[in-house]
Amino acid sequence: MDNKDIFYVREQMLPEQAPPATQSGIVKWMRDNLFSSWFNSLLTLVAIYFVIKIVTGAFPWFANGVWVSNSLAECREILQGKTGGCFAVLTERWHQLLFGFKYPDDQYWRPTLAFILLFVAVSPVLFIALPRKMLIFTGLYPFLAFWLIWGGTILIPVLVLVGFIVGYIIFTRLEAQSFAMAALGGIIGAAVIWALSGFVTSAASGVLALEAVPSRDMGGFMLNMILGVVCVSLSLPIGILLALGRQSSMPIIKWICVVFIEFIRGVPLITLLFVANVVLAYFLPPGTNFDLILRVIIMITMFSSAYIAEVIRGGLAALPTGQYEAADSLGLDYTQATRLIIMPQALKISIPGIVNVAVGLFKDTTLVSVISMFDLVGMIRGPILASTEWNGVYWELWLFAVFLFFVICYGISQYSQWLERQLHRGHH
Amino acid sequence: MKKSVFLGALTVAGLAAGAAAAGTIDDVKARGKLNCGVTTGLVGFAAPDANGEWGGFDVGVCRAVAAAVLGDPNAVEFVPTTGKTRFTALASGEIDMLARNTTWTFSRDVDLKFEFVGVNYYDGQGFMVPKELGVSSAKELDGATVCIQTGTTTELNLADFFRANNISYEPVPIETNAEAQPLYLEGACDVYTTDASGLAATRAAFENPGDHVLLPEIISKEPLGPLVRHGDNEWGDVVRWTLNALIAAEELGVTSANIADLSASAGDNPEVNRLLGTEGNLGEMIGLDADWAQKAISAGGNYGELFEKNIGENTPVGLARGLNGQWTDGGLLYSPPFR
Repeated sequence: MDNKDIFYVREQMLPEQAPPATQSGIVKWMRDNLFSSWFNSLLTLVAIYFVIKIVTGAFPWFANGVWVSNSLAECREILQGKTGGCFAVLTERWHQLLFGFKYPDDQYWRPTLAFILLFVAVSPVLFIALPRKMLIFTGLYPFLAFWLIWGGTILIPVLVLVGFIVGYIIFTRLEAQSFAMAALGGIIGAAVIWALSGFVTSAASGVLALEAVPSRDMGGFMLNMILGVVCVSLSLPIGILLALGRQSSMPIIKWICVVFIEFIRGVPLITLLFVANVVLAYFLPPGTNFDLILRVIIMITMFSSAYIAEVIRGGLAALPTGQYEAADSLGLDYTQATRLIIMPQALKISIPGIVNVAVGLFKDTTLVSVISMFDLVGMIRGPILASTEWNGVYWELWLFAVFLFFVICYGISQYSQWLERQLHRGHH
Repeated sequence: MKKSVFLGALTVAGLAAGAAAAGTIDDVKARGKLNCGVTTGLVGFAAPDANGEWGGFDVGVCRAVAAAVLGDPNAVEFVPTTGKTRFTALASGEIDMLARNTTWTFSRDVDLKFEFVGVNYYDGQGFMVPKELGVSSAKELDGATVCIQTGTTTELNLADFFRANNISYEPVPIETNAEAQPLYLEGACDVYTTDASGLAATRAAFENPGDHVLLPEIISKEPLGPLVRHGDNEWGDVVRWTLNALIAAEELGVTSANIADLSASAGDNPEVNRLLGTEGNLGEMIGLDADWAQKAISAGGNYGELFEKNIGENTPVGLARGLNGQWTDGGLLYSPPFR
């Protein structure tokens, strides 16, 4: 090759140089994101101004906070006119905020243990990677949690569980002959066991008995958790059944589901709660005490299952008809097709909607404070703000409630996003 | 399972229907506990403390009745009620009596079919305004925004007062007293109106109580008292005379300090003797033990002691006796004679 016309040839690579200061690191990031035009720069400056205002305003309130005192008046004495939160209300009344004011304080370990075990019980449902054997514990958990929280003899939950098992065994034995007969047989079998167990438990009420705590003594954040967890886990299966029922070709089932869903969705939750608390008491004879928590659980479950049914129906409608036809062409019957082909896809589509309903439902449990139940909000609005010591403390208490609810709801939301990524089957 | 529980509950309900036909007093004795409706929380009148024990002026009435009927001031199941649930709770039999600063009115007594057994606190609706507003009379409040609790008589009184004086106002509806305080302090409303006792308690909790004034006008009569259901007169008598016993005890000088001595044997004052059961058979007439009133008074002291301990001038609520003094001191408390 003849190179003599070329005056200069670089024979070595230049070492890499750092990019210009304006095109790298924090400076570039700020130029791109905060000061990309004069208008954005202006907005950034305004935002910085407000952030500084809020932080400098709120910081002394937290930093000067009083954590030990017996009343608001004492807090004000300690602060001597300085800005500062009176967090002593939290240190003095934390147990009332978490467990209500009547749960016996030497028994707090029971709901706490139930709360910890809740994570063990739900984790195999939430994370498919965990061993499937853990599902046995999940099945046992409701009975264990009932025993821990309400107390009494362990025979009650055990016999209820036995009733379920007997019913299930009868159902599987008869299922081959007829589904309806099997279901009826299972229900009768379970009912017989429960009727008999009434005699057993009243005779042997001391077997492995924890101190019994009546429902009206439940309160605080524990009550929100009980209502939220029970109602979400009950309303999901009921919602699936309702959604399938609404799509059914059998007219009576279809119309029952349609009327139920449309009626419940047309009524505000607070009305249903008033019905549970007030109107049912008129229908039942005087002196009857039909457990208030149970009444509320039934009403909230009905409410949220109607919403979940509509969310899942949306998922069912989004499936291409080809999926139904493919299932039919494989020779699967209705149950198999629904279980193996339709539901897994429909539920995946419905995840954001279901989580939305679940988060909303969990926050709606605070509405029970209106029917004089002392959940977290009820505790704050009622007893604590009405005590002579803490009358007038607002921010500290409400921020605590906000914090608790945010932790739970943000956790649920993060999980659902993770699950969506896990179940993603597209190729983008 | 839900279904079976529901059916089970219906069965139990059917069985219980027979039992419920007996009088309330027999129900209470059989149960061993008095179900007493109270507010979900009002400073000085009813609120649970840090240990979950209920205390307060209305709570004292519940405890006195429990002591009179069951002999134990702690044999009370306190059922918290809101302004909206209180009457249904009583009418449906969920509670035996309601002691929840409830105003005795014609329609509540006659139309809602309740029996007000007396008055344990004579209240009246007042106004609180910030001092800097420079208002000295409620009649100068033309065009003011007013914080007011919904579902109470105060709402109706306010409308009546402003209409009668031909001035206008802007209502800011609120649910509880606890919500009213921050709203009022933040200036969401110029005026806060509720029962004068509630205003005093609210103002006492402010950081600077001196910056707020209570206006001189009291625009309504609010006789607050315990109530029971219509139609069970034996039970109504028990609650009425327990309250009267507390009032009479103060008039007769019977206190929790000297009650043990006075009831040990019959003394010089025949009315004290009849009240405490050392003479006569009043207890038998009302269907209780002879020492029923003695137990009721021992529960928390006589009316004056209950007042001083919960809402009196030495408490944060700081209410003066005023109308709630004995008739001998110019107040309105006047118990019929124990004879």
